[in-house]
Amino acid sequence: MKQVFIGLLGVVAVVCIGFFAFAWRPVISPITPPSASGFSADLVAKGAVLAGAGYCASCHTARGGQPYAGGYGLATPFGVIYSANITPDPQTGIGNWSEAAFARAMHEGVARDGSYLFPAFPYDHFTKISDGDVQALYAYLMTLPPVNAPAKANTMPFPYNIRYLQAGWQLLFFHDGRYQPDPTKSAEWNRGAYLAESLGHCGGCHTPRNAFGAEEAGQAYTGALIDGWIAPALTAANPAPVPWTKIDLFNYLRTGSSDVHGTAAGPMGQVVHDGLVKLPDADIQAIATYFADIDGSSHSPVNVKAAEAKAIAASAQSGQPGVDPDAHLFENACAACHYNSATPPPAIRPDLALNTALLLPDPTNFIQVVLNGIGLQDGLQGVMMPGFASTMSDDEIARLAAYLRRTRTDLAPWPDLPAKVAAIRAQALE
Amino acid sequence: MASFILNGQAVSVDAPDETPLLWVIRDDIGLTGTKFGCGIGMCGACTVHVDGRAQRSCITPVGAIDGATITTIEGLSPDGQHPLQVAWVEAQAPQCGYCQSGQIMQAATLLQDFPDPSAEDITAVMHGNLCRCMAYIRIRKAILLAASKLQGGQPT
Repeated sequence: MKQVFIGLLGVVAVVCIGFFAFAWRPVISPITPPSASGFSADLVAKGAVLAGAGYCASCHTARGGQPYAGGYGLATPFGVIYSANITPDPQTGIGNWSEAAFARAMHEGVARDGSYLFPAFPYDHFTKISDGDVQALYAYLMTLPPVNAPAKANTMPFPYNIRYLQAGWQLLFFHDGRYQPDPTKSAEWNRGAYLAESLGHCGGCHTPRNAFGAEEAGQAYTGALIDGWIAPALTAANPAPVPWTKIDLFNYLRTGSSDVHGTAAGPMGQVVHDGLVKLPDADIQAIATYFADIDGSSHSPVNVKAAEAKAIAASAQSGQPGVDPDAHLFENACAACHYNSATPPPAIRPDLALNTALLLPDPTNFIQVVLNGIGLQDGLQGVMMPGFASTMSDDEIARLAAYLRRTRTDLAPWPDLPAKVAAIRAQALE
Repeated sequence: MASFILNGQAVSVDAPDETPLLWVIRDDIGLTGTKFGCGIGMCGACTVHVDGRAQRSCITPVGAIDGATITTIEGLSPDGQHPLQVAWVEAQAPQCGYCQSGQIMQAATLLQDFPDPSAEDITAVMHGNLCRCMAYIRIRKAILLAASKLQGGQPT
């Protein structure tokens, strides 16, 4: 009996030693921060565009904080993870990281000191970034003004906070390797795929995650709930009555708004206006080409006119006399901006029958926008919507949602609306 | 603290971000043409333009319009001769007048988006601007008059 126990202990010890040997990653020696003049201006400029493509600043800047100095809290199912300071400050940033250390972090998810990074940092996508682009990103970040901003402590409980265990996560879910072009597709498609799959890390929000927080294999771009918002499906499963064509995708990614789908809201506003804005039109066209292939709109005819006519017919109800109290709520609070009577409805008057928020299987985005509004900088720039959190009750917002779902779509009613509104309202107050 | 352009002039106000724009315009800056009605964005009396479009200022936090251009009834036209204001006088639209600055500001956006509005367009877009004197018939008449003047024709 004793021998069996000792034997078992031995096995456990060997497994542990084996795991640590497998998981151990060396420290990469600190360097003296390189001088900004050591990088060519072209390389730095290229890196600035690439940092836009990855909208690095969106996560690496705290609300009201210095750009790239970190401290933005990402609420994950495992706790809040705060982004790192990636300015070249030697004490609190990445100032003493060599290019090799930076490349290892981007491609393999391991920090300079050999500790594993959490995959809230989407290195599962960044591993696909070309070596040349990583070099340009490094040049850009190392020439930013250094900001002394110590890291904020994550709130993940034991055992999620053990970085060593990430080696196991990597073993299960991480595939190291640069983007491989698909020779059967065009150069434009491949450029779009490269940007979307690597730097753009679109799947980080638009692909559902499994219980371990890894993107589900086989479910790419089928939509997910993240950070209190639904990132809609980018496949044919997207419920928009007008399919997302290449031109719509381009307009949306370039301006923050599509005439026949609505305006960017929530985290997507920053993606467009703080990130993708740095990219040339050709790159946005490439991303649009890639997703028009994924959602199937480039393979099948699209009848925009019919969908628009149907939307206008529904909208025109607001000009008719009636006694429906839910309709009155809409007409008093919303119709001044959302009523339309001519096709195509202009982007500046977002037509709700065409709006993705109203068509998703879950009312989260609709409720978020009604409660919190849309800022002047969020979607279509210079056009805002006030939030109704302090003026409409949960029941009123629920009635509004039910009314619009009933009169503007052919879809099933959303269940449990008042409770859902209450839950989202409570979340915002946290 | 918010800075914005109000009727062509740069202003900065030291008010908490969540302060309604209406309070800032009336109490801090002292322009009282914009009226307080319901305070919950349901009556339209407080309508002003944010970057050229009608918004209810009572539910718009001042922090949300930092950097924007705001126009109130006082700034709609330098000499009070905006086609809507002229039409308003011609049609003798107001009774007590309380809701009228909001009506005119909303009507200005209506005519931008619907230069030749149908009766239904006017009903739908102006629905959220209440008038307790029931001057709706004359308000509608004034809007059609202004639309016609802006289109260079005669009212039908």
